[in-house]
Amino acid sequence: MSRIKEFNLPDLGEGLTEGEILSWLIKVGDTIELNQPIVEVETAKAAVEIPAKWAGVVTRIYHDAGTTVEVGMPIVAIDTEPGAGPASPADGAAPEPSAASLAAVEVAPAEGAVEPGLIGGPAPGGRTAVLVGYGPRNVTAKRRPRVGAARPTSAAPAAPAPEEATPDPVLPEPERPASPRMPGHRALAKPPVRKMARDLGVDLAEISGTGPLGSVTRDDVQRAAAAPGKTAAVAPGPTIAGGERRIPVKGVRKLTAENMVASAFTAPHVTEFLTVDVTRSLKALDKIKGRPEFRDVRISPLLLVAKAALLAIRRHPMVNSTWSGATNEIVVKDVVNLGIAAATERGLIVPNIKDAGRLGLRDLASALDELVRTAKSGKTPPAAMAGGTFSITNVGVFGVDTGTPILPPGESAILALGAIRPTPWVHKGKIKVRQVTTLGLSFDHRIVDGELGSRFLRDIGDFLTDPEGALLAWT
Amino acid sequence: MANGESEVGADVPAGGFVQLLTPDGERVDSVTTAEGTTYTVDFSDDEYRELYRDLVTVRRLDTEATALQRQGELGIWASLLGQEAAQVGSGRALRPQDMAFPTYREHGVLYTRGIDPIMPFGLFRGVDQGGWDPNEFKFNTYTIVIGSQTLHATGYAMGITMDGKTGGPDGEAVIAYFGDGATSQGEVNESFVWSGVFHAPIVFFCQNNQYAISEPLERQTRIPLHRRADGYGFPGVRVDGNDVLATFAVTRAALDNARQGQGPTLIEAYTYRMGAHTSSDDPTRYRIASEVESWQAKDPILRLRTFLTKQQIADDTFFADVDDSAKSLALSLRERVLAMPDPQPVTLFDNAYPNGSPEVDAQREQFVAYHAAFEGSDH
Repeated sequence: MSRIKEFNLPDLGEGLTEGEILSWLIKVGDTIELNQPIVEVETAKAAVEIPAKWAGVVTRIYHDAGTTVEVGMPIVAIDTEPGAGPASPADGAAPEPSAASLAAVEVAPAEGAVEPGLIGGPAPGGRTAVLVGYGPRNVTAKRRPRVGAARPTSAAPAAPAPEEATPDPVLPEPERPASPRMPGHRALAKPPVRKMARDLGVDLAEISGTGPLGSVTRDDVQRAAAAPGKTAAVAPGPTIAGGERRIPVKGVRKLTAENMVASAFTAPHVTEFLTVDVTRSLKALDKIKGRPEFRDVRISPLLLVAKAALLAIRRHPMVNSTWSGATNEIVVKDVVNLGIAAATERGLIVPNIKDAGRLGLRDLASALDELVRTAKSGKTPPAAMAGGTFSITNVGVFGVDTGTPILPPGESAILALGAIRPTPWVHKGKIKVRQVTTLGLSFDHRIVDGELGSRFLRDIGDFLTDPEGALLAWT
Repeated sequence: MANGESEVGADVPAGGFVQLLTPDGERVDSVTTAEGTTYTVDFSDDEYRELYRDLVTVRRLDTEATALQRQGELGIWASLLGQEAAQVGSGRALRPQDMAFPTYREHGVLYTRGIDPIMPFGLFRGVDQGGWDPNEFKFNTYTIVIGSQTLHATGYAMGITMDGKTGGPDGEAVIAYFGDGATSQGEVNESFVWSGVFHAPIVFFCQNNQYAISEPLERQTRIPLHRRADGYGFPGVRVDGNDVLATFAVTRAALDNARQGQGPTLIEAYTYRMGAHTSSDDPTRYRIASEVESWQAKDPILRLRTFLTKQQIADDTFFADVDDSAKSLALSLRERVLAMPDPQPVTLFDNAYPNGSPEVDAQREQFVAYHAAFEGSDH
């Protein structure tokens, strides 16, 4: 037993995988007692002090305060026999972390083999079930070799089994004849394999399974489906008159697809809707159009919606932020780069107006006008499409009520503007025909809570209902 | 229970409680409640000293367990810190024939039953299921599910009556432990109903430690918990749970009533959980430091130590000796916990049926053969 012992960060609370070192209560060279508090660690559940597991002298501290450490990694080394002279490397106990201990979390929790079982398997809530001590393992379990099994010729670990390989049989496989199928015999296969076979039009009973107990595996089904002549067995679907066209996915379409998939499956989207009476906004627009300084610029309701959003962002800056999973931070942007989704011949692009929050209404109007014209002509430079922080998509121009937009990657909110239609509306206690539209706001629920999203959307709605009043009240 | 006679200070909850030893270590001779029950204790110097030893020992063992969890040697630990008097006082009031139904925190009661304190560690280390023989120690298995043990205890108590083992000074009684949060559970209320109606020989011992994990008491009740007993038709009494003497007196009286056929009692031991709910909990997220400090002044061990010193029942030599022996007990517990063997896989078949079953036996044989197929197999 080496006299210098490494203390590994334990699982401090039923299935945790990491902890952040908050502060060290000791330093290298300190003589410490058993159970003396040595370090404060914060986990997802609690900030706790860890008492020393051994008495001795601290020879090494592996991580500074502020570091997040995986469960099972060494955090401190303690010389348990400091009086016995300097520890010689011959002890094999140099306080350098062994390559293995740094490479992986493969640290045995205790003497004795870890038995195969559910430990380490997934538990409800996305946690990993663990028994005690050092948390879930991130490496392939090492199994004891079978009695009489050929040993691997080198020390290299056996290649991890491919994902779809058949698992080891739970029981020694009994001798059985090479399964001639009895009439009415139901082939052995797991439910997902059955579904796959059904989807591919493969009859399980015709396959000779290679899995445990002659069961049919995924590979067997795929082989059978790929076999020549097998496709004929597939029930012919309805023939499509006129055939089909295949369009290679590339360029904007490819980028759009990748972005949408990346966003939709990373950021948890929530979409809220608000139907508002924008009659007064349209009247305000008419007034603005009449002003000399707006004489030669195209303006549309989108202008007021953009203004409303910019003012609302000023009131709710968290909406203008991005989720940085790599650094575990929410990055709140001071500057609003306002993205406007534009349908072009090449596909959807979302160029943005840099620092739109600083622009007055006149400048915002011409920036919007220019952005749209450049996009339509297909000349939008890549720089104009980078760095957006908040976006608006005007699906109303296509005559639809609203939509549930998908966030451009890196943004936390996107507003959809629906068609503005004359609609019966309760106005001052009477049913009047008013100009009404529906706003749809999607937001990243990791950053924006329902309350914030709702307040933000409400503010935009308030502005559009009564732009003069909102301007006076907010600015 | 209104309680006129005890010395009521600012730290006493509204409505008072039975207290025989103040936080300053002053002994109150006796307390008579509004219902006319008088509580007192008559301990010899030796008995006082042994109570002190119990308190220090269970706290020290608990501290060691908490450290072991932080060091990765226990999966979880539910600390009793602050509740030593409630547990030792009630545990020492039990007679050998009485049956206790603990939650998962009654390490102090377990200790007073004369059980090796290592017994529950297999459960918390994950090397066994905590399945000891309840009859051997008159101490049921630890119950994790909140409040369910009160029904088991009620059934057990009704069984005692059916067996004709009540009605005299040597009768049997049952004590069921639970916390303030459990009083909101259906099981606990059902057990109150059944015990009340069937006059079961049971003491419901509620350690009101003020928090159900993070939920404060005002989320459990509008009235003091012991007054819940009124609605079920049996007496309820509140005792200073940080006072080992009063806890002993009140529990002893309630158990004696039960064993003599007087039916159930609800005891609310008013105390405070000084530590976290379990090692997975961070109490600083829901409690303020000043509240914890105010309870530190009411520490159950400190007040008994002050009393022993003032009365010259014990001196520093005694206190040092108690600390030393508690420490060596804790260190030996540590070593024994670390040496606990991992369970062998085949033992999972052991307790499936009391007398075996051909099917399980066949499965065991297959399993053994499977494991024998690996090198270095030792099951």
